Amino acid sequence: MRALGNTSLSRRGFLAASAATGLGAAALSACGSSGGGNSSGKTEIEWWNITTTQPAKKLWAQRAKEFEAAHPDVKIKIVTLENEAYKSKMTAQTASGKLPDIFHTWGGGVLQQQIDAGLVEDLSGKISSWTKDYLPASVAPFRLDDKMYAVPFDVGMVGFWYNKALFKQAGIDTPPTTWSGYLDAVKALKDEGITPIALAGKEKWPGMYYWAYLSMRVAGLDAMQKAADDADFTGEDFVKAGAHLEELVALKPFQKGFLGAAYSTPTGEAAAMGNGKAAMELMGQWAPVVQEDAGKGLGKDLGFFSFPEVEGGKGALTEVFGGSNGHAVRKGAPDAAVEFLKFFAEQEFAEKLVKETGLVPVSKAAQGALTDPNLIAVSDALSKSTGFQLYLDQAYAPAVGQEINDSVAALIAGSKSPEQVTRSVTQVAKSEG
Amino acid sequence: MTHPTSTASTSTYAPGLGRSPGAAPESPVPKIRPSALHRLRAWFSAFVFTVPALVLFGLLVLVPMGYAFYISFFNWGGFDTPTDSVGFDNYTRLFDDPVFLGDLWRGFLLIAFSIVLQLPFALAMAVLLNQRLRGRAVYRMLFFAPYILSEVITGVLFSMIFAPDEGLADRVLDAVGLAGLGGDWFAGQDTVLPTLFLVMTWKYFGFHMMLYLAGLQGIPAELHEAARIDGASTWQRFRHITLPLLAPTLRISVFLAVIGAIQLFDLVWVITAGGPDHASETMVISLFQYGFKRYQMGYASAISVAMFLISLVFALAYQRFVLRRDTEGAITTMRGNR
Repeated sequence: MRALGNTSLSRRGFLAASAATGLGAAALSACGSSGGGNSSGKTEIEWWNITTTQPAKKLWAQRAKEFEAAHPDVKIKIVTLENEAYKSKMTAQTASGKLPDIFHTWGGGVLQQQIDAGLVEDLSGKISSWTKDYLPASVAPFRLDDKMYAVPFDVGMVGFWYNKALFKQAGIDTPPTTWSGYLDAVKALKDEGITPIALAGKEKWPGMYYWAYLSMRVAGLDAMQKAADDADFTGEDFVKAGAHLEELVALKPFQKGFLGAAYSTPTGEAAAMGNGKAAMELMGQWAPVVQEDAGKGLGKDLGFFSFPEVEGGKGALTEVFGGSNGHAVRKGAPDAAVEFLKFFAEQEFAEKLVKETGLVPVSKAAQGALTDPNLIAVSDALSKSTGFQLYLDQAYAPAVGQEINDSVAALIAGSKSPEQVTRSVTQVAKSEG
Repeated sequence: MTHPTSTASTSTYAPGLGRSPGAAPESPVPKIRPSALHRLRAWFSAFVFTVPALVLFGLLVLVPMGYAFYISFFNWGGFDTPTDSVGFDNYTRLFDDPVFLGDLWRGFLLIAFSIVLQLPFALAMAVLLNQRLRGRAVYRMLFFAPYILSEVITGVLFSMIFAPDEGLADRVLDAVGLAGLGGDWFAGQDTVLPTLFLVMTWKYFGFHMMLYLAGLQGIPAELHEAARIDGASTWQRFRHITLPLLAPTLRISVFLAVIGAIQLFDLVWVITAGGPDHASETMVISLFQYGFKRYQMGYASAISVAMFLISLVFALAYQRFVLRRDTEGAITTMRGNR
């Protein structure tokens, strides 16, 4: 049944994918997802997600089982992939025109491309009745051309996660709210012999967060939107943002070997935080879970503060950089796919997820289930936010997002100047125009 | 990862395939004298037998190659039909792209390292393990084992071993008082390539060692015996008997090492993903980054075409000028090398 919807595109896409791989080498096996009805007459729903940590993985599987019990004619096939692997795999799947029935999405430019290719179902009419009380920030990334293309199940933002004990040891009583205060805190930690910041240099996106937040604080949200629209990031404020990041890098605040460090591996960024080897990381709301998964976890010593304001900048402390996690549905997927999303979003289960897996609830009704003070802080910051910027590598076209990641990584490694970063990004943005 | 190689070898052997059924007729009616009709039938049966292979080869190798060549002239994001034709822009861009030029340089370095360090090391181990030695079968197996291990497992393993401070390498160096030697390993822009080469050597020298061992087995013991009677030293016997007679194996092994280095991907992807800041990026990694991370299929295809041409030119030149001697037999080689 998959072949019916998008014949010509999928064939061409397949040729393209096999062309690139065939010649090159990367034998990226375009995993053929065999959707549709199987021999026993059941409808099979293929569900791709990136929930690799426990207990969420277990709970999600249970939820699928419950749905199967309630709908004997439906079978849900769960495919769980690691974050980066998922992105790569989805790129190949998108090129081949074959998406899974339900798939994880962060919204923004990537989702837009999938929509433009005619691969994603418009859910506006189908979900409006049960997503009324969702936080505006949670649905923003999925509302494209005034249509809803995905159902969020988690919302969050990036901020500093810090080790209270280490901060105290360095004599820092309250987390900094200004950039100069922040740099002082880094120096104080450094003087104590504490590694101030854990960073996953290998994966590039965690480094991008610094540049993105600094741009938001210096240039402001409107300037960021304008830069994206005009494909011009060469404005003075973006150079300034890069220069501020250079100030930070000059303090050598990162852990040893950070340029080769991954995010969630046992020797990566999250583990360094979770094992108390670094004082802070700039990361999204999922950070505590991954810290516990990759390291020991900090428990009560873990705190959260918003990215500081830059003196004289146009942005405000209350503007958040983040995104939400949602599920989109392949165009032409069986109706059971949307039904399952509704089943998945039921308040009782949403509260269970909040309580047991550390998700930040998307619906106001489930907010009461939050008990973790850090997540309450995140949830509060989101509710009170005065502006919202989606993750840059999701908000912009993939080539632009990747160029930002790459250039900022080069800036952090000391091989590109702030001007060069803005020029490279602009050049790519213009060529994508 | 072996497409260009298989392209070259398959096309070399294809004409032979066409002739062989005619050369060995298994006709159940032997009385008919060789005639035009007979030859036609031989050709026909050869055709029938090769068609499935040709169709598969065409569909899975030639068509995608042609298509990649085609889309390398477009600015194309991977969706719908490519329409934005840009002529040779993607190719001229290659020569301005510091990352691609860097890929070429790093590829050259890896090849040079392989030929100068890895292969001689493999040869030394092969000569050593060709001696009568207690437990040599165990050693052979041990040295070959890394080659069998998957690239991904190797990558994960070594990124743990070379984790700064906490990894096995730094801990061991620390324990023996050589902490100063430890360093950034994969995390340093200057150290990543040597460290990577270390891992590549660990992983692949066993394979080349096995090739050499097989070659050494083929050298008649009588030659060494005669040389010894004539008073040749160990070094002279190695230089004038072992090395010349091993030459065909050495040439194949160099060929495989070069092609392997050009197409290096999985190991690097798992360990560093090309970083830090492109310091360990290879051509295939750039191709993957541009194609599947940035959706610039046209440019990625241009890289793949460039890579294909480099491999092809190398393979053809190598076959023409170096491997040709081997097809004429090892004895002619000896005469040439005298």
